Amino acid sequence: MSLSAEKPQPPDALPAKSPTDGQDLPVTLIGPRAGWQPLDLAELWRYRELLFFLTWRDVKVRYKQTLLGAAWAILQPTLMMVVFTLVLGRLQVPEEGNIKYPVLVYAGLLAWTFFANALTNAGQSVVQAERLITKVYFPRLAIPLAAVGAALVDFALAAPVMAALVAYYGGVTVSWTMVFLPVFALAILLAAVGTGTLLAALNVAYRDVRHALPFVTQLWLFATPSVYLPQADTAGWLEINPLNGLVSGFRAAALGQPIPWPRLAYPLLAVAVALAAGIAYFRRVEDSFADVI
Amino acid sequence: MHPAIRVQSVSKRFRIRKAGPRPHYHTLREEFSRLFTKPSRWLRGEAAGGETDFLALEDVTFDVPRGEVVGVVGRNGAGKSTLLKIVSRITRPTAGTVRIHGRVASLLEVGTGFHPELTGRENIFLNGAILGMLHGEIVRKFDAIVDFAGTEKFLDSPVKHYSSGMYMRLAFAVAAQLEPEVLLIDEVLAVGDGEFQTKCLGKMGDLATQGRTILFVSHNLAAVRGLCKTAIWLDEGRVARQGPTAEVVGDYIDSGERLATQRVWNQPETAPGNEVIRLRRVSVEPTAGDPGSALTISTPLTIAFECWNFLPGAELSLNLALHNLEGVCVFSSIAPPARWSKGLFRGECQVPADLLNDGVYSVRLLVIKDRANAVIDLENLAMFEVHEVDRPLRWFGKMSGVVRPQLEWCTRALDGTIT
Repeated sequence: MSLSAEKPQPPDALPAKSPTDGQDLPVTLIGPRAGWQPLDLAELWRYRELLFFLTWRDVKVRYKQTLLGAAWAILQPTLMMVVFTLVLGRLQVPEEGNIKYPVLVYAGLLAWTFFANALTNAGQSVVQAERLITKVYFPRLAIPLAAVGAALVDFALAAPVMAALVAYYGGVTVSWTMVFLPVFALAILLAAVGTGTLLAALNVAYRDVRHALPFVTQLWLFATPSVYLPQADTAGWLEINPLNGLVSGFRAAALGQPIPWPRLAYPLLAVAVALAAGIAYFRRVEDSFADVI
Repeated sequence: MHPAIRVQSVSKRFRIRKAGPRPHYHTLREEFSRLFTKPSRWLRGEAAGGETDFLALEDVTFDVPRGEVVGVVGRNGAGKSTLLKIVSRITRPTAGTVRIHGRVASLLEVGTGFHPELTGRENIFLNGAILGMLHGEIVRKFDAIVDFAGTEKFLDSPVKHYSSGMYMRLAFAVAAQLEPEVLLIDEVLAVGDGEFQTKCLGKMGDLATQGRTILFVSHNLAAVRGLCKTAIWLDEGRVARQGPTAEVVGDYIDSGERLATQRVWNQPETAPGNEVIRLRRVSVEPTAGDPGSALTISTPLTIAFECWNFLPGAELSLNLALHNLEGVCVFSSIAPPARWSKGLFRGECQVPADLLNDGVYSVRLLVIKDRANAVIDLENLAMFEVHEVDRPLRWFGKMSGVVRPQLEWCTRALDGTIT
C-alpha cells in the first residue's frame, strides 16, 4: 500500500530499550511522514481504553439532559416503524408468509438505523473533536471508531424490541439461519467503519461533507429495502447498493428465513473495499488533521 | 545518558494560500479537477499551484537533558507553539527528527477533553484515558487527583456548573498525577488564582526534582526565570540563543527594543506638528546606562522630546501622556510653562523606577500654548515595552493595576493576643 517509499520512514512510537542509561524508557521518534500508511493495530490496541472511554462519552453525553434518556435509542427505530406501518403498510401490505409488516419493517430499520447512525456519527466525529486533535496526541482512528461504537450501543439497545415484536405478532419460526445475525451486524458495522472513516477524513479538509451527509443518508435509505421489500421490477438496479444485500441478509437471519447467499458476494466484497479505502485514506491524511482542521 | 528530548534540524512548513496564517480548505470541486488533470501529482499529495510556503520552524536543533526544566521564550508567531505541537506529536515536522526518551504528557491547554455535560468524576476518567493513563492507574490515583484539585464536594455534578478556577484545578490535577518522564507545558500559568499557581509550580518543582524533564513555553519571563535553569529563545522559527536562563532572557528582552523607542524627523517641513511647533525627536531610554538596553519595571526612564518652535516668545508647556495597549491613559504629566525663542528646544520627563506595570506603552505628546490651548496633540509617537524579570513571589500571574508603584510601607506587630 506504500506508494511513496523513497523517504525514510521512522517508526512511529517504537518501544525500545535504551542501552546506555539502564532505564527502560520508551523511545518516541518523530519525523516527517508522507504517503500511504499501514494500519497500526498495535497502537490502537494500546489505546483501547481511550476507544472505550470515547464511546462511553458519546453515549453518555447524547442522552444527558433528556427526559427519556437512552430510551431514544429504542424509540427512533420504533417510531419510524410505526410511521411506515401506518403509511406504507396500508398501501401495499407486503407480508411474507405469516410475518406481519411491522416485524419486517423493524428488522430492516434496525439494520438501517445502525448503519445510518454510525455513518453520520463517524462522518462528523473528527471535525467535532477539533479541540482534542489540536491539543493531544492519540491514534486518530480512535475518534471515528468510537463514533461507530456509540451507534453499536444504540443498536444493542434497540435489538431486543425485535424479539418483543416477534413474540407479539408471531409468524416467525426459529431457524438455524439466525446464527448468522451477528455476522451481518458485523458486516454492516465494517461497512459503516469504512465509509465513516473516509467521510470523517474528507470532512476535515472539505466541509462539503457535512452538508452532503444528511442528503446522502436520506437517499441511501430510499435505495435500501429496509422499509419496503424489493419488488421484482426494481430489484435489479437496487443490487448496485451493497447495503441492499446486507440489510436483506440481516432481515433474513433475524426472521429465520433462508439466507440469499448468492446475492451476498458483491456486498461483502464492497464492504472489504470500503474498509480498505476508508482506512487507507484516513491514515494517509491524519497527520495533517491538526494543521488543516 | 541520552537527553530526554533531542530535537534535530526540525523544520515545519505550512502551505498558505494568499494571505492568512492558517492553511485553507480546498473545495471538493478543485480537488476533483486536479484528480483528473494531474492524477499522479494528486496521488502523491502535492500542492496545487497558487500557494506559498511559510516556515514556522527552520532548522531547530537542541537537546533537553534529563531532569532539567527548560524554558522556551519568544514573541508571538516565533514558532513556540508549533515546536511544542511537534514534540507532543500533534503535528509532524516537514523535516528533521525529534527523539524523546520516556513517556510524554502535554499540558497544552488544561481541560482539553473535558466534556461539560459529564461530571467531575466522569471527566477524571475520560481525561486520564485521553492523556494515556490506563484504567487501573486512574483508579489508583483517583484520590490523589481529587485531593489535589480540592473539588470533592462537586465530584458528581457536571463540570459545566464548575467555576473556571475549579475546572482548571481538576484538569491540572489529572495531568499532574500522570507523572510522565517528560512534561510539556504551554502557558498554564496564565490562568488561575495565586493558590492554584503556587500548587502548580510546586508540583512542577517536585517533578523536576524527581528527575523528570519539563519543557516550559511561556510569555511570562518572571516564571521562566523562576523555574528554569536553561532557556531557549526562538525568533522567527530559529533558535536565536540557548543557554543559562538569565542570559537568554536578557538577550531576548534587549532584542525587544525594536519597538519604536526612538524616532527622528530631520525635515521641519515634514515633521509632525503645525505652524506653531513641530517635533524633531522623541526617545524613551533608561536614565542611566546604555541607551539601548532593556527596560524593566525597576529601570528609571527618561522620555525626551526635541521640538522646533516657530513663534518667538511663545509660552509653551509639554504634556506627556502614556497609554497602555488597552488604550487606557496610565498618567499624564505637564511640564512647567516656559517662554522659548524661535528655534529648537528639548524637554525631558523622568519616569521613576517601580511605577509602571509590565506591558507595552505608547507615548502621546500635547503642547499647550499660553497655559490654555493644546496646539498639537500627537499620539503613538513612540512605543516601548517594560518587562518584569524578577519577582520575589511564588506567584507569576499578571499583577493587577494600571500602575504598580513601589509605595512606602510600614508593617509592625501590635500588642494583644488572640484568645
